[in-house]
Amino acid sequence: MSADLFEFLCRMGDNCLILGHRVSEWCGHAPVLEEDIALANTALDLIGQTQLWLGLAGEVEGKGRSADDLAFLRDAWDFRNVLLVELPNGDFGQTLMRQFLFDAWQELMLSALTQSSEPRVAEIAQKAVKEVAYHVERSGDTVIGLGDGSAESHARMQAALDLLYPYVGELFESDAVDQAMVKAGIAPDPESLRAAYDAKLAQVMGEATLTLPDDRFAHKGGRTGRMHTEHLGHILTEMQWLQRAYPGASW
Amino acid sequence: MKHEWPLWEVFIRGQHGLSHRHVGSLHAPDAEMAVKNARDVYTRRNEGVSIWVVEARHITATSPSDKGPMFEPSESKVYRHPTFFDIPDDVGAM
Repeated sequence: MSADLFEFLCRMGDNCLILGHRVSEWCGHAPVLEEDIALANTALDLIGQTQLWLGLAGEVEGKGRSADDLAFLRDAWDFRNVLLVELPNGDFGQTLMRQFLFDAWQELMLSALTQSSEPRVAEIAQKAVKEVAYHVERSGDTVIGLGDGSAESHARMQAALDLLYPYVGELFESDAVDQAMVKAGIAPDPESLRAAYDAKLAQVMGEATLTLPDDRFAHKGGRTGRMHTEHLGHILTEMQWLQRAYPGASW
Repeated sequence: MKHEWPLWEVFIRGQHGLSHRHVGSLHAPDAEMAVKNARDVYTRRNEGVSIWVVEARHITATSPSDKGPMFEPSESKVYRHPTFFDIPDDVGAM
């Protein structure tokens, strides 16, 4: 049981960690000051959530590993994030499309987790769901604004949706770890969130005048650790180099 | 086509019972995004419980060149300040 819970918590934490790092890459580079600060806030929220999820993962594992140990001293094959969050930022529109596709899932997941039978999971979810409710409102509004914007922004958002939609299916994959979580009442079956997610996407993409692809093909392998994209290793070299070069460095 | 987003002035209420105070300005495409941007730019350190935004062009302001006729005449009229009353302690801050 605790091995499954550890796996589940790593999946939750690694999604936040890798996306938080990706979004932080915009710091100082966003198209306008206001968006720069908003993206940095989102990245910081996600890193804050990472500390909670991976901190609990370390406790559950019982081998004395802290959230920092898990974040900075594991290699690519130990990461359990979905492939969607490790994909490169692309342009601003692509970043916000990825953000919305993730936020919409995360809000549903966290809402369900507030009812978790594991009180520490419910507590983290209750804190995080308020942050994420704002993230999804902001990313959704931006997707609508750019999708239903100029010809140029519309074309870019449609291209971003076409590129990223094949990575959405992995969020709703279910395996033995998920079944163990469902059985223990800790987390919902990911598949059970899909209908609400589809409804949300249909509403926002409709307002954004964007067309959802029909094909439900899904790239998979991140959340099980079977196979990440080549992008994850590059993120880790940048994110982990300091702890790798100067083990235990603190300031 | 105009490429600049309009300028918005931002007013934040620090806590219940206080009035909204001007804290700065920002750019946003519409009022809703202006509120969101204000939330991210001006309340990330827990500065507020309420936000107002108003497009800067809707504010009518005094002109610096009118400073003399506008404000100077009141400088010499000290009798307009109610400083000659004793205020009982239990009134508190006024």
